[in-house]
Amino acid sequence: MAATNGPAFEQPASFAFDADSEAELATIVARYPAGKQASAVIPALYIVQKQMKRDTGSAWVPLKGMDAVGARLGMPPIRVYEVATFYFMFNMKPIGKFHLQVCTTTPCWLRGSDAVTAACQHATGIKNFGETSADGIFTMTEVECLGACVNAPILQVDDDFYEDMDAGKVEALLAALRRGERPPAGSMTGRQTSAPEGGPTTLLFAPEA
Amino acid sequence: MLHDKDRIFTNLYGQHDPFLKGARSRGDWDNTAAILSRGRDAIIQEMKDSGLRGRGGAGFPTGLKWSFMPKQSDRPCYLVVNGDESEPGTCKDRDILRHDPHKLIEGCLVAGFAMGACAAYIYVRGEFYDEIVALQHAVDEAYEAGLIGKNACGSGYDYDVFVHRGAGAYICGEETALIESLEGKKGMPRMKPPFPAGVGLYGCPSTVNNVESIAVAPTILRRGAAWFTSLGRPNNAGQKLFCISGHVNKPCNVEEELGIPLRELIERYAGGVRGGWDNLLAVIPGGASVPLMPKATCDDILMDFDSLRAVRSGLGTAAVIVMDKSTDVIKAIARLSKFYMHESCGQCTPCREGTGWMWRVMTRMVEGRATSDEIDTLEAVTRQVEGHTICALGDAAAWPIQGLIRHFRPVMEERIAAYRKKPMPMAAE
Ligand SMILES: Cc1cc2nc3c(=O)[nH]c(=O)nc-3n(C[C@H](O)[C@H](O)[C@H](O)COP(=O)(O)O)c2cc1C
Ligand code: SF4
Ligand code: FES
Repeated sequence: MAATNGPAFEQPASFAFDADSEAELATIVARYPAGKQASAVIPALYIVQKQMKRDTGSAWVPLKGMDAVGARLGMPPIRVYEVATFYFMFNMKPIGKFHLQVCTTTPCWLRGSDAVTAACQHATGIKNFGETSADGIFTMTEVECLGACVNAPILQVDDDFYEDMDAGKVEALLAALRRGERPPAGSMTGRQTSAPEGGPTTLLFAPEA
Repeated sequence: MLHDKDRIFTNLYGQHDPFLKGARSRGDWDNTAAILSRGRDAIIQEMKDSGLRGRGGAGFPTGLKWSFMPKQSDRPCYLVVNGDESEPGTCKDRDILRHDPHKLIEGCLVAGFAMGACAAYIYVRGEFYDEIVALQHAVDEAYEAGLIGKNACGSGYDYDVFVHRGAGAYICGEETALIESLEGKKGMPRMKPPFPAGVGLYGCPSTVNNVESIAVAPTILRRGAAWFTSLGRPNNAGQKLFCISGHVNKPCNVEEELGIPLRELIERYAGGVRGGWDNLLAVIPGGASVPLMPKATCDDILMDFDSLRAVRSGLGTAAVIVMDKSTDVIKAIARLSKFYMHESCGQCTPCREGTGWMWRVMTRMVEGRATSDEIDTLEAVTRQVEGHTICALGDAAAWPIQGLIRHFRPVMEERIAAYRKKPMPMAAE
């Protein structure tokens, strides 16, 4: 969960699912057995967070959003708050336009996550994890292993993994984001996903077509 | 050494079409109905004979686990697939989810059929957004082609597959925490017993298996247990996805036989240790939770469950984290302590308090701002956490520190001595 202290922010007075959110909710709730719709709480919170991004430019989960989820899934509001604050991917306060998530766990650290953090700080003016840049464009968060360690270090921007990063690549990426560009995610050295640099050393045959 | 013809994950790197057409050309969904027609018992027997041990970390025999499910049940039964993949160093299930999703979905059907399940829930960590999109697309394709859903593959068996997105919490990889999370609660592990096979998802009989364990099942059933046991070593059968990260020239994932020498794995596939083999300091062979091994052990160790256990480490998830001589090994382990503190769900005191305490002491050990006695105290505290908690996260937090003390105590002592010599303590680090 993102820290709830820090600068004051306003909770919206209301929240209602829009048409896109309603459609998504309907598909998701159908995945669980009758009477077990509480299972949809995490997906529903994502829907709230995404709608907030659409509506306000900031992806976060306001109180009224959690209440709407509770009402829809037949859960007491406190159960929804518990879930929203237990998991790390829900932002309990507004964040910047881009969410920079630096993985600093040991495999990323061994390959230079300190330099990734420093480059993010340098390019955004953010001093500490959990803060948003003065221009409101970037929020920088420290995250634990993203499950992409052979492509370390990783900088996750919103839902995109930018892999095989270094300081220069971070600066270039953030500059591109500022210009309104969205470079394709994946390895920034251009290698084939988790294959070794220079190309695979196995699976060299073409599978029978 | 494993030959390409014996590799299961033939689209590991995503060079080919991950979806139905490509998957079919690679042999997936090839007469799956014939596999199902062998019947539940025969499938489970074949899996037992294959010797497959769970790929999620603990290495529990997969066929045996499936056999714990009730033969008859008045409640629905579920297969729950663990795609939480959050053990530091581990990134293999990611490749299955995004590049070979049909192997997993077909595995869900055969495994679910064998255990009498009506549906599979595949729980994927929330950060794997693109992977979830790919997997969901593959599931939709499978429904459309009649491979799952009503009368799956024309077998007469009805079977659903659902994808569920988590939201960032390592603890949800623990099987009972995962079930809680799937039920819409905080991911807090349950006491066992009862085990999930008795009381699992929604209180119904359930089996939790790792993505890789399920994804290899169809190939094992097609090619036979004898083929699988011809690979690997006795009691450590088959092939496995290895993730090689850290100080190697070419970090990568690769599929190899269990029992491959660690040195060969690193040198053949990952371009060797940075600066050469003699520049190796230590390796964590199975994801963050297993104790590290110093270079001397790495020289000739084989990568399988039993060989690694014999040197007091473990195969875990086969995530090989390599550290060369430039590494501050105390700091590397201290960062893992921070990870466990961050990820403790907080419901048992030894873990909640112990992980924070261990991290704080480890932070001082990094500086050397400690006494030699405190190394013993730290070791003693890890023993008080280990085995005294509801789930194995407590053990996982203890073992890396125990490994550090076992193999690198002199480095810790030196750090302490160096700190003492410094005229200005505050200048440390
Ligand atoms: C703290 C903790 C985290 C775990 N994380 C994972 C995980 O991310 N993926 C996984 O498959 N198993 C994980 N496990 C192991 C599971 O509890 C379970 O043993 C496993 O999913 C069983 O699958 P298998 O029998 O196919 O190996 C974790 C266990 C613990 C204690
Ligand atoms: S050992 Fe730690 S993570 Fe596991 S149940 Fe106890 S407090 Fe939670
Ligand atoms: S440690 Fe960063 S992705 Fe695993």
